[in-house]
Amino acid sequence: MYKAAVIGDTASVSGFAALGLTVFRETEPDKVKRLIAKLAASEFAVIYITEPTAALVSDTISKYRNSQLPAIVLIPAIEGNTGDGMRGVHEAVEKAVGSDILK
Amino acid sequence: MARLNVNPTRMELTKLKKKLVSARRGHKLLKDKRDELMRQFMIMVKENRQLRSEVEAGISEANRYMAVAGSVMQREVLETALMLPKQEVELEVSEKNVMSVEIPVFVPKYRTSDSNDIYSYGMAFTSIDLDGAVSALSEIFPKMIRLAEVEKACQLMADEIEKTRRRVNALEHIMIPDYEETIKYITMKLSENERSTTTSLMKVKDMVLKDSHKYS
Repeated sequence: MYKAAVIGDTASVSGFAALGLTVFRETEPDKVKRLIAKLAASEFAVIYITEPTAALVSDTISKYRNSQLPAIVLIPAIEGNTGDGMRGVHEAVEKAVGSDILK
Repeated sequence: MARLNVNPTRMELTKLKKKLVSARRGHKLLKDKRDELMRQFMIMVKENRQLRSEVEAGISEANRYMAVAGSVMQREVLETALMLPKQEVELEVSEKNVMSVEIPVFVPKYRTSDSNDIYSYGMAFTSIDLDGAVSALSEIFPKMIRLAEVEKACQLMADEIEKTRRRVNALEHIMIPDYEETIKYITMKLSENERSTTTSLMKVKDMVLKDSHKYS
């Protein structure tokens, strides 16, 4: 059985604990990188990460982009939506089609 | 186009002709694969975009509640309320094969079936906004799971489409023209050889006839 994790600042991710997801209140880039590597190696299939935290560790996230598991999904933090998540969708389109036809 | 570096012999010609046939077939197959992948990808991306905006809206709503709850409650109390969750989610992961791209499928399994188990605290000491935040999150959670699935599928398919497109282009613009040119070159060379043999034979024949019968 796989589990789902949430990474981000305390205020943004606390609520997910109530749903039964495993919550990591971590925003230090180095620790987050190590955490993602550890989670990916163990039984976490989905990692939700807040956009500001994801922006700090984008190289680690792109490393897992083309592996089947885990799926790393960006979610808005409590400060609001930065649009990074939607940008990821557009990037995929650009990669596949050659230009962003969704614009 | 660059001609391949091969000896102009009949054997090479046969070999190359066979290669050309399989290159053409491979090209057609890969092109079909690319087109079908692209079709599926566009469907997925549309869903991805839809889901993402829904999930982002849902989480933003939950975050608004959370911000209010955080301001009316002490941080410690808020943390304590959420410290020991009653509900637990596990994911059953299986694979789906879409045009030879293995995409994951997540099926969430909840520890308790009671939907009220998301409230891991008593109602007495917590703000109503916390309830709002938690219920908003739980409402959007199935979509979050689906989003993870679709987004991963899109990423994997984008990667595969890129690879396939490169292969199609390599076959179409490099390998097939190269083969065609080399085959043409060998055919020319062979027929040239043949002509040259014929002419020298005719010449020899002339010389022999001249010698023996005193022709000309």
